[in-house]
Amino acid sequence: MTTGPEEPFPPPWTLAGFHLGARLALPIMPAMMAFGLAVGATAARKGLSFVDNLLMNAFVYAGMSQLIAMEAWPEQFTIGALAALIVLCVTVNARMLLMGAALHPWLGTSSPWRIYPTLHVLTDPSWLMAMRYRAGGGADAGVLLGSSVVLAIAWLAATSLGYLGGALIVDPRRYGIDLVMPIFFAAMLIPLWRGGRRAIPWIVAGVTAVAIQQLVDGWWFIVVGAIAGSVVGGLIDDAD
Amino acid sequence: MTPIEAADWGIYAALAVMAVATYAMRAGGFWLMRHVPPSPRLKRMLEALPGSVIVATVLPIIVRDGVTAALAIGVAVAVMLLVRRDIFAVIAGMAVAASARAWGM
Repeated sequence: MTTGPEEPFPPPWTLAGFHLGARLALPIMPAMMAFGLAVGATAARKGLSFVDNLLMNAFVYAGMSQLIAMEAWPEQFTIGALAALIVLCVTVNARMLLMGAALHPWLGTSSPWRIYPTLHVLTDPSWLMAMRYRAGGGADAGVLLGSSVVLAIAWLAATSLGYLGGALIVDPRRYGIDLVMPIFFAAMLIPLWRGGRRAIPWIVAGVTAVAIQQLVDGWWFIVVGAIAGSVVGGLIDDAD
Repeated sequence: MTPIEAADWGIYAALAVMAVATYAMRAGGFWLMRHVPPSPRLKRMLEALPGSVIVATVLPIIVRDGVTAALAIGVAVAVMLLVRRDIFAVIAGMAVAASARAWGM
């Protein structure tokens, strides 16, 4: 594990790792599909065609930004409306810049032909599961690919079903579906626990995020909070 | 150009810019790290990220959503501590969230 900040050899990408990743993704799959049903139903309600919905879920594949974009879906796709969509996707998904950066010490020596397509299907749960696997000493990049691909397939199925059965689905808030991701996130803190000293950055991240949330509209709080935590993590040395 | 024609290509332009902007976030951080020299400090910064992203996401949601989110997330963490299986933590948290909302919280 302690071979330095950059691994000297490319990590393996095995079928066994892919299977392990797929298995690790199963617990979050029902929750992700519940969220996908809601996103598909919203697309139908907003008048997108079935194919438009499928394309959005295959190529954008970022549920929260899709929901917010569709809630204010433009009537006319002017340059201004397109620019607003870009700003929205960047702010809601800026945390993915950090997620990708955190994968680099592990996967930086992989072939670009493998890693860049894999990054397209990267999601919060598959990233968290892969980071947890990595923190436990695992090195097989197939785990990240397996969990990501399985969740992407589940997402396409759920959003298409949600589109077709949209009228049957009510407000996701009513069943607490909007809380699925925070619930899963919080549970994943436990296996990441490495003692109180390593939790100081987490506290800084949380306090900063809450402060930013109060001060600034939008979704900047995640990325600003996470950067604050990361900087503090860099300042706390390993001496213990 | 009529608005109908505009709407025709407009949706594809919208999907394209959303897809490109989102992929830039997914791949951009990884790509940028190629140009940052590795160091022990950078390694510690990256190791602090998973927990920091989690707390920076979850805590503001608890603050905004109030009792329901706090209860559901608290129960999920407690179940995870006890049984160490994320599936049970998610089920327990969702059960609390759904019942709290059903009770009108």
